[in-house]
Amino acid sequence: MSTATGTSVESGAQPPREQARKQSTMAQALNRALRDSLAADPSVHVFGEDVGTLGGVFRVTDGLTKEFGEDRCTDTPLAEAGILGTAVGMAMYGLRPVVEMQFDAFAYPGFEQLVSHISRMRNRTRGSLPMPLTVRVPYGGGIGGVEHHSDSSEAYYMATPGLHVVTPATVADAYGLLRRSIASDDPVIFLEPKRLYWGKADWSPEQPEEVPEIGRAAVRRPGTSATLITYGPSLPVCMDAAEAAARDEGLELEVVDLRSLVPFDEETVVASVRRTGRAVVVHESAGFAGPGAEIAARVSERCFHYLEAPVLRVSGFDIPYPPPMLERHHLPDVDRVLDAVSRLQWESEWRAQDAGGGVN
Amino acid sequence: MTVLEQSGAYHLAPPPDWRPRRDPAPLLPDGEPFRLLGTGAELDGELLRELYGQLVRGRRFNEQATALTKQGRLAVYPSSTGQEAAEVAAALALREQDWLFPSYRDTLAAVARGLDPVEVLSLLRGDWHSGYDPRASRVAPLSTPLATQLPHAVGLAHAARLKGDDVVALAMVGDGGSSEGDFHEALNFAAVWQAPAVFLVQNNGFAISVPLAKQTAAPSLAHKAVGYGMPGRLVDGNDAAAMHHVLSEAVERARGGGGPTLVEAVTYRLDAHTNADDATRYREAAEVESWREHDPLRLMERELRDRGLLDEAGVREAAEAAERMAGDMRERMHQEPELDPMDLFDHVFAHRTAQLHEQAGLLRAELQAAEAEGTPAAGQRHGGRQQDDERGGRE
Repeated sequence: MSTATGTSVESGAQPPREQARKQSTMAQALNRALRDSLAADPSVHVFGEDVGTLGGVFRVTDGLTKEFGEDRCTDTPLAEAGILGTAVGMAMYGLRPVVEMQFDAFAYPGFEQLVSHISRMRNRTRGSLPMPLTVRVPYGGGIGGVEHHSDSSEAYYMATPGLHVVTPATVADAYGLLRRSIASDDPVIFLEPKRLYWGKADWSPEQPEEVPEIGRAAVRRPGTSATLITYGPSLPVCMDAAEAAARDEGLELEVVDLRSLVPFDEETVVASVRRTGRAVVVHESAGFAGPGAEIAARVSERCFHYLEAPVLRVSGFDIPYPPPMLERHHLPDVDRVLDAVSRLQWESEWRAQDAGGGVN
Repeated sequence: MTVLEQSGAYHLAPPPDWRPRRDPAPLLPDGEPFRLLGTGAELDGELLRELYGQLVRGRRFNEQATALTKQGRLAVYPSSTGQEAAEVAAALALREQDWLFPSYRDTLAAVARGLDPVEVLSLLRGDWHSGYDPRASRVAPLSTPLATQLPHAVGLAHAARLKGDDVVALAMVGDGGSSEGDFHEALNFAAVWQAPAVFLVQNNGFAISVPLAKQTAAPSLAHKAVGYGMPGRLVDGNDAAAMHHVLSEAVERARGGGGPTLVEAVTYRLDAHTNADDATRYREAAEVESWREHDPLRLMERELRDRGLLDEAGVREAAEAAERMAGDMRERMHQEPELDPMDLFDHVFAHRTAQLHEQAGLLRAELQAAEAEGTPAAGQRHGGRQQDDERGGRE
């Protein structure tokens, strides 16, 4: 993707290295991405409920109204369909709206605008009216939220042709992917894993190490025994599981962070599973007809002759998101991931022992 | 311990003085729909003649499109017969730079705005969703979901104002659409933002079969405006002069920074909801006949004749112009549209995903195989498959 904004990210000024290294949270990185996008492109407009004076309930839009004025970062009436619907009209007129849905389940009143208009307007008008808008949706559980504050709705968005669906799992990706999303000429559902908002990392916006293109997965941990395919809030769980498997079982699990669900980086996933011969898909949302179903089907189609075991899924249960005092029983944790790994068929020769041998 | 005992400093102070923030009276519509025809009001003769010509064209357009459904050339047609005055006025009240946001019934407003009838009918013919370029014509795609185009109009109007452009957005919706959530959210946003937007509700009596009395308990749809803090105007929707006057006033008010207006046009759908609907199941013939007396064409023709602005020659001239348009429509609609199935993949995203590349490859191979076998590419896949099967499958 080569857009003006994307290019300016990559060619940003480079301050002295010692000043650049510092700790940042994902929320701060997202805030910085919004600020940089607003500064770089006058057509970018941020709006939504509470995004102005309050700075968003998660403070992701903190200070934007003060810095850019009420016309660029605007508090709206409380109405998700209205926010998304007016964003359509603004995009029709050449602006780049960035709207916030505040919480995952609050986006549902806006679904008609998403599926009937935002996802189709380019198609309907043969490219005359592209929809360069970004919908920020804080999503997922693990923060003790009450009902309607912890849903993982990515399967709905993924099932809607015309939408990109992106979800960062690291502080650096939060910055880079949000800038790419805002610069994209297509609508992007930008899913922000709430429980990673306050996770800190060595990252400085003055020196972004990586501004990934939308649609490229990342191998977060190389391995040879099996591939864990995951994204967003489940990435840290999978990284911990891979550490534990290496320590306790001598298994080297490869961890693939999808980063983008649509477009789906089939090549990276397929290459990994063909190397390891085994795969587990891990996500929080319900398993039935969930993202893992699609991914497992694709892996089976493309890797059938390389697979030593069926592709397994570790997901949330097929239940409405549980009340906070019970959510720990619902969310995939390290033990559940390791249990799935142990259910992979290990009778045949371990690929780990067949160093670099591939499949004959 | 009661609450009162706990709060020792409790005083029986009155609540803060509260009054409505704005006087609602100026926002309320008049009790009777606004009329101009037959009142002897001073009117621009040129405008009346222009409106008459457009009404005649519009009626002919509705008749021709309905005929095309009977010939299988249109999948469906929601006629605006009886509502031509509102349609035409909506188009003529706008300036070149303004935007129109029509619903699926408002094909005529798009045609009156100058769009090619065949391009406007593309959605209903089924060759593509929007046959015209909205950016070039400043007519948004015909919206099938009800009232969802209203917030688009508000967003566009707001964006234009942010850019300092002189643009007004006029959004059209029916009485049924006024019950949808998007209607409420659009009007609320428009009023809060003081967006240069105008909302035109064509109250044609029925949402398919449900009459207005079962649709809303509001005194009138125009009365809903006061709840949003914008003026509501009630107009005789069959009086083209009144419609043009009120809409022009609302559009220019928005242009001047006065904010949005809600206009209710009281009219009647003389035809059924679409050609697929049986209107005799939910309304009496006598009711329809009484509205024929109030036909927008008859009202305008009578007015022009009374003022000495129209004679037999003028009537014939308008009819002939409309007939030329209908003839051209008919001829072009009877031609098979040229379709390229590969277009299906061209406008999903700015750049095709790997998965769409793969699927486009599959369709291209199918089309090439069909061509090699001499099978017409479109609509003949089943035949092609059968031949594959006879050869022992596709692999």
